[in-house]
Amino acid sequence: MVSMNFSKQDIFDLLEEVKDPEIPVLSVVDLGVVRDVNIGEKLEVIITPTYTGCPAMKVIEDDIRSKLLEHNIENVEVKTVLSPAWTTDWISENGLKKLKEFGIAPPAKTTVDKSSLTGIQKEVECPYCHSKNTEMKSQFGSTACKALYQCNDCKEPFDHFKCI
Amino acid sequence: MNKELYEYVLRMGDDSLILGQRLGEWCGHGPILEEDIALTNIALDVLGQARILMDYAGKLTNKKEDEVAFLREERDYKNVLLVEQPNGDFAQTILRQFFFDAFRLPFFKELQNSKDETLSGLALKAVKETTYHLQHSSNWVIRLGDGTDESHQRLETALEDLWMFTGEFFYADEVDTKLVNEGIAVDVNKIKPIWDAKVSEVFAQAKLQIPENDWMQKGGRQGRHTEHLGFILSEMQYMQRAYPGCEW
Repeated sequence: MVSMNFSKQDIFDLLEEVKDPEIPVLSVVDLGVVRDVNIGEKLEVIITPTYTGCPAMKVIEDDIRSKLLEHNIENVEVKTVLSPAWTTDWISENGLKKLKEFGIAPPAKTTVDKSSLTGIQKEVECPYCHSKNTEMKSQFGSTACKALYQCNDCKEPFDHFKCI
Repeated sequence: MNKELYEYVLRMGDDSLILGQRLGEWCGHGPILEEDIALTNIALDVLGQARILMDYAGKLTNKKEDEVAFLREERDYKNVLLVEQPNGDFAQTILRQFFFDAFRLPFFKELQNSKDETLSGLALKAVKETTYHLQHSSNWVIRLGDGTDESHQRLETALEDLWMFTGEFFYADEVDTKLVNEGIAVDVNKIKPIWDAKVSEVFAQAKLQIPENDWMQKGGRQGRHTEHLGFILSEMQYMQRAYPGCEW
């Protein structure tokens, strides 16, 4: 009911303030986790997980609810959908930029990471010194969506957002 | 209710759930930090798959996800025996994972075409994750097999222990047949040659021989388990049994 006073764009603007709990510089909109918003009898927010086991989903759902509640939007349903599957291409341009500034090497555009099929290591640029002389230390990083890299020039370890 | 579908979802879900529980046992015990993180990351991915499948099985029977996951008896778990085998040493865990991943990747690729939207949706996501899992476990099988005498020996021992549990992936009964005909389930006969090829390819690099013994232990899909499952369940079900309906 209250949600009637808001346009779709208004809701997206509000959700822009909800950050990913693991990567607090990215909003859930930048990340592409918020897939759509439907305004009707109640407000329906459609979200999708980055990884099926992403433990942040519950927190994201709660954060979305409380952000909307701050603006007196109470009748909210947060719906999780799996299909079409989230891929790293869903991260906005703005999101990719913010990732890099935060010290996480962003995923390359175009979803299919051929290196995972061919076993050939791909080129990942160090987010600190921009060297391409970097090395994967572990396929699995601090969260399900990241891999651990190290720069061979500035020696800094950094996270790389895996391309899926 | 579609009885066969429920059964099929449970089989798939229990494979993920029990393997996730086993991998979770490595948390804080990995041989190196990166592996500790990797094994628990993989645990998280398979638990994510399990949650979707438990939730779906629940919807088919009017139960809650937690009830399906935690309140069944041992005989009602339908996972393959491979995933309940003990972690053993790192070689044992990695080889178990490799056999599983080499099955799951082509399986999920096929499942993407399922007429069941929940299953195809899950498969679409799981393919991407499983690609990383298989790459990781293949690399380790090669490193251990083509590594030191000791690492090779440990992998050989793991192979002797686990080989007889690999036939169960390709066991199909009337549940499979019916659902394959309906365009819902994956025909595991199509997966077998892909699995064989992957195992041969990785074993060749790891300097391992495929065992000649082709006697395969079955039973998990019917709920007949090795003695290990009971111990897993007593730990896994403790919270829901002691505090029924408890939530985080």
